[in-house]
Amino acid sequence: MAALIEVHGLMRRFGGVVAVDSLDFEVGEGELVSLIGPNGAGKTTTFNLISGLDWADGGSVRLDGGAIERLKPEAIAALGVARTFQHGRVFANLSVLDNVLVGAHTRLKAARPRLPIVGPIAELALALIRPPAVRREAAALEAEARAIITRFGERLTPRLHQPAYSLSYANRRRVEIARALAMQPRLLLLDEPTAGMNPSETAEMQALIAELKAEGQTILLIEHKLDMVMALSDRVYVLDDGRRIAAGPPAAVRSEPAVIEAYLGHSAVGDTAAETKEAAE
Amino acid sequence: MNSLIDYTVNGFVIGNIYALLAVGLALIFGVANLINFAHGSVYTIGAYVGWAAITFLHTPLPATMAIVVVVCGALGALIERVALRPLQGRARIAPLLATIGLSFVLDQIVQLVFSPDPRALPSDLPDWRIAIGGGSVGAMDVLIATVGVFSAAALYAFLRFTRLGYAVRAIAQDRDAAKQMGVDVDSVNSAVFAIASALGGLSGLLVGMYYNHIDPAMSFQATLKGVVAQVIGGVGNVPGAIVGGLLLGLTESYGIALFGTTYRNLFAFVLLILFLLAMPNGLFGGRKSIEAEPLTGSFIAPSRAVKIPPAALAALILAAFALPLFTGAPYLLQTLTNAWLAGLVALSLTLVAGTTGQMSFGQAGLMAIGGYASALLAVDWGVSPLVSVPVGGLIAAALGTALAYPAFRLRGHYIAIATLAIGEIVALVILNWESLTRGAMGVTGIPPLSAFGHEAVSAKAVYWITLAALAAFAGLQARLVNSHFGRTLRAVREDEIAARSNGVDVKRYKALAFAFAGFGAGVSGAVAAHLYSYLNNQTFDSQLSLLAVTMAIFGGMGNILGAILGAVALVALPEAFRFAAEYRILIYGVVLLLLIRFRPQGLLGAV
Repeated sequence: MAALIEVHGLMRRFGGVVAVDSLDFEVGEGELVSLIGPNGAGKTTTFNLISGLDWADGGSVRLDGGAIERLKPEAIAALGVARTFQHGRVFANLSVLDNVLVGAHTRLKAARPRLPIVGPIAELALALIRPPAVRREAAALEAEARAIITRFGERLTPRLHQPAYSLSYANRRRVEIARALAMQPRLLLLDEPTAGMNPSETAEMQALIAELKAEGQTILLIEHKLDMVMALSDRVYVLDDGRRIAAGPPAAVRSEPAVIEAYLGHSAVGDTAAETKEAAE
Repeated sequence: MNSLIDYTVNGFVIGNIYALLAVGLALIFGVANLINFAHGSVYTIGAYVGWAAITFLHTPLPATMAIVVVVCGALGALIERVALRPLQGRARIAPLLATIGLSFVLDQIVQLVFSPDPRALPSDLPDWRIAIGGGSVGAMDVLIATVGVFSAAALYAFLRFTRLGYAVRAIAQDRDAAKQMGVDVDSVNSAVFAIASALGGLSGLLVGMYYNHIDPAMSFQATLKGVVAQVIGGVGNVPGAIVGGLLLGLTESYGIALFGTTYRNLFAFVLLILFLLAMPNGLFGGRKSIEAEPLTGSFIAPSRAVKIPPAALAALILAAFALPLFTGAPYLLQTLTNAWLAGLVALSLTLVAGTTGQMSFGQAGLMAIGGYASALLAVDWGVSPLVSVPVGGLIAAALGTALAYPAFRLRGHYIAIATLAIGEIVALVILNWESLTRGAMGVTGIPPLSAFGHEAVSAKAVYWITLAALAAFAGLQARLVNSHFGRTLRAVREDEIAARSNGVDVKRYKALAFAFAGFGAGVSGAVAAHLYSYLNNQTFDSQLSLLAVTMAIFGGMGNILGAILGAVALVALPEAFRFAAEYRILIYGVVLLLLIRFRPQGLLGAV
């Protein structure tokens, strides 16, 4: 199976700190791969490097064989890489529906003619004139956005036209995931999708991610809740201090001494360390 | 004065003044994270207080300086307490807008108390000059240099060795942490405003004595120069402010030597733009100073827009169009015509600042471009206004977007400063490009609006034309904002990082918003040119830009009907109550302050 995304020798330094240190990993088409590790291991930095919000000091990121590590975030999104953010970045004053529709931005074809130079002007004119093709496309995307929102059930559907700032923290996370799904991404980057969620909400989110995986969605997941990681992942990469310390199927990774050391062993409190970290966030 | 040494001395002296201004701005930015647009007003008040002390009390120089320091220091503390402290925790642009409102109020009070006419501000310094090389140094030069060096040393000692100085630096680094460590942020803020304002007032006095000339209009330019010096040195950086001030003073002085005095301000703004583009953190700023303030440009208070039923809206539009059928009062129609033209500008501002979140203080520059383009096409090439007005709008759209484009990567306060500078540069280019624009003489004999040989000169015709233009533009803008395009603009406003991660090319949408808005503002300026039949470099001044901001805030940022409501209210109401022009600006300032304090979402709600 050819890898959809291949990361080789990825480096990122902040001053003297090496946040990501010669990182190698890949995600195959249809796989669900998890990045785990203690806080500060470089997981979110890796997401920022893949999605173009931050530039690597070295190494390569290839999507379908093409280098993307020097592309702008909007160009990487246009190639079908969607992401959510660790602390949530919904558009606060936009409605739930509009938030999700922004996610479909890269899929606007009729409304955004891909013409050199005159393209922007044409886009402006088409937004004013709104010929049937543009209206059809808008209606189709809106129907699709509503369908995506329906996947979150009663959590979001009654709040379709409410501004995102009025939502609970967990609901904002859901909106963000819905927005990422609206892109119909080839690769979905989920950064701690269940942060701040209670156990029943976490279980719902886990079910949704399992559903996405069953549909063939390629997913790279950052998550602290290890039960969820073990249940969902095809493969797991464990990071510590920016370096990869273990990789493989969940069952194999969980018993590796280096992982136990990194994940639980920094403090001698055993099993509670992971929870403490979660609570600290 | 024509030797190199004279220009250097002059540049150094003026640079000292700019440094004093910029140091105050830097201190305030450090603790309050705010560019204080009222700083120039304090500077002007310093000059006038000094004038009053010399004229009425016949104080000697040291006493005059002491009085100015005390009065301006107290004024600074008052400004912080009354206008800014209540705004803590608001959008960061809110206190900045409040200082603009304050500067309107303070400048107009100075004008009302001391009259708008310039005055002489004599100094009792001895008249000697020491010859050095080919030039000379006078007592005034020595005094200003001494005050500058002494202030810098005192400030250094204060920040370095006093408890209050520690507190100021702590707050500048991390306000919340300082608060938690028990620093009384409010009283430190108050002290910093007092110190900064005392320095500002002192520099006003010194400048007044240096040129033996003071007038109320000196305020805005002083603020701008201080801001430029700030940006050069790195916003919020005290040593940077001193170097920036000196550099700006010398650049201006050498520039004048080479090109002449009318170019003085052009150098300042070109320098500003260059720094914003190439080195937005300035010479001494750390890399973080831009990153640390995301989304400050957004002034969208969470709110629900007031819904107006379509029937009521239709009735309002109909009533507006039918009005001239019932009354022929030219005064009323002219006033409303002005309101419709202002409405076009307010609409353009509400699109860029409200919908797109890019606060623009340069809309008047776009009006000027549109106005001059249409006027010159009509006067010099005999183009019919039917063609020249829309072409003027297009030129404003293209030129305005091209000028602002490099600034699109800036955020928050920086885009506001950049657009302000662009507006000033447009006015200065108009002043200096005499072969095209006729310079300060202005363009005369601009033909009235006409189509196919019919001239629109009656008050009614002009009323209808401007109202139709406004209605058409508002309709188009409403349609635009309700499309994917408007949604994308609002996403850019809310969170550029998230927008980019969803594939939005942020610059492209900012550019299109500026282009659409530039067209509206340009058409407004073009129509105004044909109505006034005369234009000069001051017809569309920066006060108009700031007025457009007030109008948009009045109705609710991003709110289309709100912008029109704001224009009508701020143009027509002062007319209705027959306020004199100087009171009008005072009222605008007070309205802006009250809105920011009590109803930041505007009357109809921000969208």
